[in-house]
Amino acid sequence: MSEMTAVPKAIAGPSSYLDDRIGAGTFLKRNMRKIFPDHWSFLLGEIALYSFIILLLSGTFLTFFFKPSMMHVIYDGPYDPLKGVVMSEAYASALEISFEVRGGLLMRQIHHWAALLFVAGMMVHMLRVFFTGAYRKPRELNWLIGVLLLTLALAEGLTGYSLPDDLLSGAGLRITEGVAISLPLVGTYITFFLFGGEYPGEDVIARFYSLHILLIPGILLALISAHMVLMWVQKHTQMPGKGRNNHNVVGAPFYPAFMLKAGAYFMFTFAVVAGLATFAQINPIWAFGPYTPADISAGSQPDFYMGFLEGSLRLMPPWEINLFGTSEFGTLPLSVIIPALVPMGIVMTGLALYPFMERWVTGDNREHHIADRPRNNPHRTSIGMAAITFYGVLWLLGANDEISAFFQISLNWTTYIGRVLVLVGPVIAYIITYRICLGLQRSDAAVIGHGVESGVIKRLPHGEFIEVHTPAAEDIEAHLRGKEAIPQVDVDADTEGIPPRGMRGPLGKLRGRMSKAYGGEKIPLDDGHGHGHGEEHAEIGPGGDDRSLTH
Amino acid sequence: MTRITARRRHPLARYAVLLFALALVGGVYTLLSPASRPADAALASGKADDVAEGKSLFQAHCSSCHGLNAEGTSTGPTLVGVGAAAVDFQVSSGRMPAANPGAQAPRKPVAPWVNEDTTRQLAAYVQSLGGGPVVPDKNAVDPAQGNVARGGELFRANCIQCHNWTGAGGALTLGKYAPNLNEATPTQIYEAMATGPQAMPVFNDSTITPEEKRDMIAYITDVREQTDPGGFGLGRIGPVTEGLVAWLVGISALVLAAIWITAKKRQAS
Repeated sequence: MSEMTAVPKAIAGPSSYLDDRIGAGTFLKRNMRKIFPDHWSFLLGEIALYSFIILLLSGTFLTFFFKPSMMHVIYDGPYDPLKGVVMSEAYASALEISFEVRGGLLMRQIHHWAALLFVAGMMVHMLRVFFTGAYRKPRELNWLIGVLLLTLALAEGLTGYSLPDDLLSGAGLRITEGVAISLPLVGTYITFFLFGGEYPGEDVIARFYSLHILLIPGILLALISAHMVLMWVQKHTQMPGKGRNNHNVVGAPFYPAFMLKAGAYFMFTFAVVAGLATFAQINPIWAFGPYTPADISAGSQPDFYMGFLEGSLRLMPPWEINLFGTSEFGTLPLSVIIPALVPMGIVMTGLALYPFMERWVTGDNREHHIADRPRNNPHRTSIGMAAITFYGVLWLLGANDEISAFFQISLNWTTYIGRVLVLVGPVIAYIITYRICLGLQRSDAAVIGHGVESGVIKRLPHGEFIEVHTPAAEDIEAHLRGKEAIPQVDVDADTEGIPPRGMRGPLGKLRGRMSKAYGGEKIPLDDGHGHGHGEEHAEIGPGGDDRSLTH
Repeated sequence: MTRITARRRHPLARYAVLLFALALVGGVYTLLSPASRPADAALASGKADDVAEGKSLFQAHCSSCHGLNAEGTSTGPTLVGVGAAAVDFQVSSGRMPAANPGAQAPRKPVAPWVNEDTTRQLAAYVQSLGGGPVVPDKNAVDPAQGNVARGGELFRANCIQCHNWTGAGGALTLGKYAPNLNEATPTQIYEAMATGPQAMPVFNDSTITPEEKRDMIAYITDVREQTDPGGFGLGRIGPVTEGLVAWLVGISALVLAAIWITAKKRQAS
């Protein structure tokens, strides 16, 4: 910096003008050199951020031509197979965007692909944060904002793909209506309020339009800003490694290194979205036809992020309760309420509460700026994998008709298997993941305890061959040693056999038991060295003899 | 007059009246009914000797399941009354003779003995047994004469709940399925509507008129020959393949990009 003595006047003038008035200099000085840690998984959230920017821009383009009206018109555009067909103005204008507006179809496809990548990006980012424990203190609030963002993104998607008023989106709208009307007591009122009368009415497209282009994006923008500011202020978590601790951030400064990387990543995101939009057709509304409530097509699926709700609806047995034995007093359609609300409730509430439940179980009130490696908190990782399995089975079964048709499996069997799998799958995933985590911890302990294979084969005087192990490289060892025991609440009774306060009631006892299972050190890194503890150790050579050979 | 009056209480009079009435009804029906009677239909759908040829073909290739006289067995239904259109559809699409019993006979390459002549003869034989829908003529299935947009509306109202928007097909219960319409010829599409093969319902001429059937054929053939305006069609089955591509192509490519961008670490200085 010292050689930059002579600042050109053209830069110095406006700079000091701004500096004197809004204090830009100190602000930039403080923030331009902000350090960002380097790990590929830290970029995943940026997929969602950049997709959102693309969505705002392409969406603005679409609003120039889209007419959110359910007035009936007779199509007279260039798409022959619909000529003379009665349709809503919304659908006609979406066709106009696709076939008459220059670049309109590309923009529509960019918007839709970016929407898919927006939600998918949020999901992979969220999984990264979850599995590395980056939601822990002080970042719980930012995690909550993230969960809110994901929920709003689903609503934004639903209102968005309903707008063109094509036959496929109409099927989604019908399910939305079915869910709304299934709510006890208030269902009919909510439905009539939402649709402005009997389904489908003439208002819903215009209302969804307001929500989709104004209210929800506004909230999304505000929350994304808050998300970014909090991340900036709290600093990014970093992976454990050499020279990294809870009080520093090791990485590259925002300017120029990280800014360049982030800029490049925006270009990549835009390239992928534009590439998909150019080469892969998405939401071909002209093929679906205009919406009429009488028509429904095979293969009616929502966009992927709604797939888990579709799947739960398809899996649900046809249960319903008629109050007082007759439908006169009202029907409680469990076959709609349960699949519509319960999986969503489990997933979203579970996500929102997890940081707080984990803190309750571990009693861990410290700040964490070093990310966990997923294997080092096996129960968290297993819970995460169980949730992914639960979600994944529902998601997969949302496409059970396509699976059935493509793989020639009986549709009925996909449903029966799915019903079992959605309950059993998470348990199996939990057990398998837990074992894998412990296995990986053991291999870490082996690297610390015995070193890594050197590739040198040595023959001992009595004829035995062994492979010489060398200590792990410094950075690898530092990475492995980033592991720390998961805290546990104090449950031990004192000398008189009285448990500590808060651990006496049934809830306290449960907390103590959970803490004992969840926390602690399952496979200590340094255990077993020289004690003949690890099996690998024993194979190499007996007793302390191997020290000289393997290190 | 008096002669009738005198004999109207004769013990045989009631039978005479009954016979007269039956003859009248039969005669009127014969004159007015549509031409789908066995003897005429055999002539309509082929030459009379086609029936004899068809019978021997039937006994050689079909009778093990459908019975020697097409009366049906436990493994195959009776073919009396299914009509020439059903035979032409099933045999020309390779579905019959079926290779093995299952939920549904799939479209497959036709049997070696099947050609235009043998199909016509077989159809003529089955037609001679009990009538039924006949094979449509060229004009009835000519897509060029149909109204594509009207056909689209009819297609969406009647077909897509099983066959999908663009005729990509879909699953039905217990291993049955609605096949993809891309391979079906216009004649086969017509015959399928007229005869309702396998899991498909019958759309007879009073439900969907022959002109409307032609409109639908026009729509189906127009849409399937269409070049997808937006790039690769992804099987034209909607959001399932789109979601798959978003993850497998989109997210994978971006993850690889992220790994590549962060691979070059800043050297500690």
